[in-house]
Order: sequence, then C-alpha cells, then structure tokens
Amino acid sequence: MTTPTPSGRTMIHVEGLTKSYDGKKPAVDGISFDVHAGEVLGFLGPNGAGKTTTMKMLTTFLAPTSGRAEVAGFDSYEQSVEVRRRVGYLPEDTPLYKDMSVLEYLQFVCDVRDVPTSARAPRLRRAVEQCGLGDRLGALIGELSKGYRQRVGLAQAIIHEPEVLILDEPTSGLDPNQIVDIRQVIKSIGESKTVIFSTHVMQEVQATCSRVLIIADGRIAADSTPDELSRGVSGQTEILVEVGGARGDMEQPRSLMSMIDGIDDIQVLGKEGGGTRFRVIAKSGFDPRGDIARVLASATDMDLLQLTPERTSLEDVFRKLTTAGRRDAAPHGGKEGNNS
Amino acid sequence: MKNILSIAKRELGAYFDSPIAYLVVSVYVILSGSLFFSSLFVNGQADMRGFFGIAPLLLLIIVPFLTMRLLAEERAQGTLELLLTMPVTDWQVVLGKFVAVLGLLCVLMLLTFAFPFSVAQVGPLDKGATVAAYVGMFLLAGTYAAIGVMASSFTRNQIVAALIALFVGFGFYIVQHVLAPMLPPELGRVATQLSMDGHFESIARGVIDTRDVLYFLTVSGGCLLIAEASLESRRWR
Repeated sequence: MTTPTPSGRTMIHVEGLTKSYDGKKPAVDGISFDVHAGEVLGFLGPNGAGKTTTMKMLTTFLAPTSGRAEVAGFDSYEQSVEVRRRVGYLPEDTPLYKDMSVLEYLQFVCDVRDVPTSARAPRLRRAVEQCGLGDRLGALIGELSKGYRQRVGLAQAIIHEPEVLILDEPTSGLDPNQIVDIRQVIKSIGESKTVIFSTHVMQEVQATCSRVLIIADGRIAADSTPDELSRGVSGQTEILVEVGGARGDMEQPRSLMSMIDGIDDIQVLGKEGGGTRFRVIAKSGFDPRGDIARVLASATDMDLLQLTPERTSLEDVFRKLTTAGRRDAAPHGGKEGNNS
Repeated sequence: MKNILSIAKRELGAYFDSPIAYLVVSVYVILSGSLFFSSLFVNGQADMRGFFGIAPLLLLIIVPFLTMRLLAEERAQGTLELLLTMPVTDWQVVLGKFVAVLGLLCVLMLLTFAFPFSVAQVGPLDKGATVAAYVGMFLLAGTYAAIGVMASSFTRNQIVAALIALFVGFGFYIVQHVLAPMLPPELGRVATQLSMDGHFESIARGVIDTRDVLYFLTVSGGCLLIAEASLESRRWR
C-alpha cells in the first residue's frame, strides 16, 4: 500500500517503537512511521490495540522499551523537554483540574508552557475563540458538560501554538453537533500544523484525516489515505457491470471487456432482473470505467444498464485488517457509530 | 524556578478552594491554642514551652492530611499525565508541590504568632528562644511535608498516602520515644540522633546548630528525591 507523498518536512519519525508493560506481551510492537507537516493522521484501531500507548510515548509520558520516536527533530526520550515544548497533547478522558475556572486553567497552562506575557492575551483570545469557549471563561471546569470540557482540553493543547498536536480520542462521548465542531477545529489546525488523533469511529477518519494508520495488536495493519483504504484492502477497484439486450448475456460482453487494458479479472455474477451482472476487477491504479462504457456502447444489441464502482466500506476494511489472525476479536462498530 | 512557582501557585489556590486546608489549619490552631492557654492559665506559666512541646506530635498528625492529595489526586484524576507532558521536569513538579505546602505551613505558623504575643503581655518572653523554636518548627514541619509529598507520590489513593506519611512520621517518633529508652545508652544516643524530635528540641532551646539544620535538610531532600524517582518510574513500568 502506498504512502501519500510527503507534503512538508518530517515532524514525527518513529522507528521500531516497542513498549511492553511489566515484561508482558508488547502493547506496541516495533512500529515505524513518519508524519509530515500539514498532515492530519488518523490513528485507528480497536480498543487495546496500542494507540494510546504509542501516543504516550510520543508525548514523552512513557519511555519506549526499545526503538525510538523523534518529534520535531528531537528525541522523545533524550530531549523530552524540547519535545514537550513543541507538542500539544490531549490525553484520553480529558483530565483537567476541576477546581479551576476555564480562564484560570488556561492561564496556568500559559505559565507552565512559558507563553511570553506579550503574546498571552492574543493567544488566549484565539484559543478561546477557536474552541468556542467565550461564554464559559468564568465557569468551574468541574461544572462544565463533557463537550465543553473537551473544548477546554483542546484549547489547552493549542494555546502555545505547538507544531505537533496529539489528541487521544478527542470526540469520544460527544453528541453529533459537538463532534462536528471539534472536527472543524482539528481540520483548521491541521492546515498548518501536524495532527495525530486516535479514534475508533470510521466517519471521523473520512471527514478529517489526510492519512490513516490502522493499528492492531500493537502493529501497523495499514498506512494509507482514507480513499485508498476504502478502495479495498488489496488496492484494487471492483466495478459492477450490468448488461442487457439481446446479446447481453454471458460470453459476449465478457470477451469484449477482457480486451480492455488494466483489467485483472471478470467474474460472471449471473442474471438478475433485466440484465447479466459482471464483477470487473481492475488492476491497482487503473480505472477502466470509461473504456468499459465505450466498448459496450459500441457493440450492437447490447445495453449498458449499470456501471458502479464497488467501494468497500471503511468498516469492512477495518474489520478485515484488525481481526486477521485474531479469533477473539470482539464484534466492533455499532456502539460508537455516530450519525454525522 | 518560574515553573516551580507556577505549580506552587496553582496548588496553593487549590488549597484555599477546598475545605480541607481550612479544616486542618483550624484544628491545629485550636488544639495547640487550647493546650497553650491551659498551661498559661492553669499552671500560670508565661512561656511557650507547652506550645512547642506539643508541636512535633501535632504536626506529625496534621501535615499528612495537607500533603495526601498533592500527587495522589493528580494520579487518580489523570491530570498528572497532562502536567508531566508539559515542559516541566519531574523535579520541578515535586518541588512545586513541596513549596505549596511550605506556603500553607507558613500561614499556619503565622496564625500561631498570637501565642507568643499573649505571653509577652503577661510576662517576659524569651525572644531569642522563641525565634529559634519557630525556625525549628518550620524545619520540622517542612520535613513532615517532604515525607508527605513522598507518600503521595506512591499511590493514587489519598487515604493511603496519608497513612504512609503517618506511618513514616511515627517511625521517627517511636525511634526516640519508645526505642531509645530501651536501648543501651550509646545506642540510645544514636537513635535520638536519628529522630526528629531530638533535633527540634535542641533548636527550640535557642541554639540553631548547623548539624540540626543539616539533619532536617537531608531528610527532606532525601524524601523529595524519592518522590521524584517514584514519578520517574512511570516511564519504565
């Protein structure tokens, strides 16, 4: 599977990163990947796949058992304070000091993160505006709704204008409107910064990411764009062709289509309704739909009734990739299927 | 330094937002005040001996309740993760928390200044000895605070943190008051050297000896280093 072409300089470089807790089977098992400036990387995987552990190593909270991670050119273990300066982090479940007001908390973060006094007011204003917190500045964090708390967490992560933003399940537990809002924020930040966020919601990836990393059992199962992923695990495009007309059945259309460049295989699915259905499997990188239409339209006594690219849904891909070789895989999806 | 103060400032704010600090400080002032005034009025002694005599034991009991939440609560709430991924070192976090308790203990001691002032009203106050005793009390309370910070770094449960701090504090207490008298005199002297009360009492007599000061600084420093190591250990587990 191809990696999208790098659009900026390498912001995160991960090499053979491994973490095992208490000498047990590794939670993250020798993963390697690069993330470039301007990418929004979706970190996808079932619960317990190693997403959070990877993020904790990138943010220097945990030290890798072996391998290494570089963020903005600094080693996450050797130069951890340099890394932390350049990273904004929102951990899972948004841990915040409940006894502080939103403003007090953001000011505290400015203090600890060394935001210069002159830059403080404009940055506070920007973060508050971007996260839609204007009307809650004086409220105690402990009294905010989950959605607002999430926004405070996000504001906290962007207030020092970090080069890299790492968000662990930023939309879990939010209602659909809040999810759309948060995604909007992530997207607008992702235009100039590097963003990694984890999720197990497929639509989120399609809506927000320029790249997807699927992680299962501590290993990378796929590294691709959302589009490429949904084109199929194998990277091939499948096209459903339905042909009607007097000579539309069986061998004629098949032999016509088999002359087209870039087609791997043609399966006859049989008669159904008005015509005969075929599944055409194109070689990866080819889109033979135009050729199919031309060839069939030019043939006499043959009507092209349908020409549909069959897209594997991301859910299917996800299941295929993350349950391969795992018999205990719990049925996934449904619960978190947000309708947005 | 700036980071330490930022953390300490936040922590002090949290103290004054929660009832526990007010409760603990009030309990201390009321208890030590009643003991002080009873010796003043009942025994007719116009001195500070009653107050400073009970201070080691009272502080030993109340300081753990001020320190128990410092790191344990951050661990339990998950905020520790956010704090430790900001550009502050583990050492700065530990010191920031420690400085915050010291600040609160200063407030507590300021409130007790009422006692020496009342003594001065009714009789001659040994000013030198009182100042020295307050210095000793600060060192002693600071050392209990360091023990408390250490205890709080071990667990996510505040009650457990308080109990560990009490346990360690009473360990020091027992060494002098239970163990030392039972040992042969030479060993007993060593035991007294190891316990806090002996050093506090020698300062409270009016002589600030560097050995006593060093003792408190060493114990505090050791506890804070252990606290830092215990924070650091998260990365290896």
